[in-house]
Amino acid sequence: MSIYNKKIMEHFTNPKFFGKINDADIIGKAGNPRCGDLLTLYIKLEETRLPARQARSKKQMIISDIKFETLGCASAIASSDMICQLAKGKTMEQALNINFQDVSNELGKLPPLKIHCAQLVTEALKDAINKYNNPAKWDKQVK
Amino acid sequence: MKKKIYFDYAATTPLDSSVLKKMMPYLENKFGNASSIHKFGQETSEAIDGARTKVAKFLNCKPTEIIFTGSASESDNLAIRGVIKAIRRKKQAGEKTQVITTKIEHKAVLEVFKDLEREGVKVVYLPVGPDGLINIDDLRAEITPETDLISVMYANNEVGSIQAIKKIGKIIAEINKIEEHPIYFHTDAVQAANWLDLDVNSLGVHLLTLSGHKIYGPKGVGVLYIKEGTPIMPIILGGSHEWGLRAGTENVAGIVGMSEAISQIKHTKANTLEMLKLKDRLIKGVLNNVQGSKLNGPKKSEDQLPSIVNFSFLGVEGESLVIALDQEGFAVSTGSACTSTALMPSHVLIAMGLIDLDAHSSLRISLGKYTTMKEIDQFVKTLPKVVEKLRKISGR
Repeated sequence: MSIYNKKIMEHFTNPKFFGKINDADIIGKAGNPRCGDLLTLYIKLEETRLPARQARSKKQMIISDIKFETLGCASAIASSDMICQLAKGKTMEQALNINFQDVSNELGKLPPLKIHCAQLVTEALKDAINKYNNPAKWDKQVK
Repeated sequence: MKKKIYFDYAATTPLDSSVLKKMMPYLENKFGNASSIHKFGQETSEAIDGARTKVAKFLNCKPTEIIFTGSASESDNLAIRGVIKAIRRKKQAGEKTQVITTKIEHKAVLEVFKDLEREGVKVVYLPVGPDGLINIDDLRAEITPETDLISVMYANNEVGSIQAIKKIGKIIAEINKIEEHPIYFHTDAVQAANWLDLDVNSLGVHLLTLSGHKIYGPKGVGVLYIKEGTPIMPIILGGSHEWGLRAGTENVAGIVGMSEAISQIKHTKANTLEMLKLKDRLIKGVLNNVQGSKLNGPKKSEDQLPSIVNFSFLGVEGESLVIALDQEGFAVSTGSACTSTALMPSHVLIAMGLIDLDAHSSLRISLGKYTTMKEIDQFVKTLPKVVEKLRKISGR
């Protein structure tokens, strides 16, 4: 028996979302070298045409494509893949609501000692979205 | 199902079938409590006596200087705590206790010292160089008239670096000749046992730890050599087993297995040369076939166990590498501990000066008596693919 369940192993062994988007609209980062996990999310956005009753006054952007690059343990890689799967096709607002429990649950629960991996990937997504919502800060970081 | 290949002999070794054979009677018919006076007890107490004699012969000491414990961790705990306990009881109030150890000890030693620090013992942790070796002059400089105990591991379990135990033993013996206050010397020889000289007299140690399951013997049994005259008190109290130093009904089958495993160790040149050939093939194969790979540990072959190799692979994390290799059928281990309780990578690699990312990308491969050239070649063939795949995922 592996320390990880089948679902985690599947996302670790055959991740669908790994790689880089060269013309990404936003990029989110999380992790630090000390804990051994470094994660980058690349996100491509598209304007949506939501049904009238759902549309807000502000125009909606959806995550049309998302990819990750993760240096980390098996559960960090599986969690990265899962957050991409969960975020793809979502509006920015919906994506902000994805929390680490969702990531863990979708993976059939991460082992308790690995729950920080799910927190790490949601941090990276939030980092990306916050940069988009606060472009001034984002520009500074790019420079 | 792929054939499984075992490269983790430093974690544990398989039980030798001839060792198991010697143990079996004590798991079946010969069940007596060695403390019982009747024939059932006599039978097992004789078996323990025989085992003790075998171990003593191997270490070149008296049988009365051998204690059987439940593990090497327990032996380390007893050696350190037991000696400090006995020494402190004899001290006047206010008299200090100082001990010296290294930053790369096994946790079974380090954690005991950390615990003793909380009780007011002064502990000096000697640094190591990038080769995983302490500097003898550093050790000499730290010895004071208050030094009670020095504990230095014989060979390191992560990088295989071999400390100059004989030299340290000599230094301590010289000091003990002139100083009124003696220094006691302990070494954890768990990883050294299969390969290095364990004659306690030539090593000059007062205490030496061994494990059963690292030498093709059973788990759940350890040995502590305690030189006659060394002050020590038990840490597990109860019956008067093991000269009153370790209470608990003896694990007879384990003890018999331990002694049988020890008597099968052969420190022959041929054995070592054979292992060095395998190790050399592994090192060359990995360094030549995996870009961005590097060796951690001693540069000189004679400073390292023939059985342990430690690499770092740029751009991959150790745990995912171990799991990916496991899927390919190879059992290896890493110094990267990525759990929320211990986010820090291996204390050994960090003490050697590795940066965090290199320590997290470390892989330990440990070889043993069943390792073959074919297994090494298969590993060298598979590893580059696995590393490349993880690098694609990490983008590094």
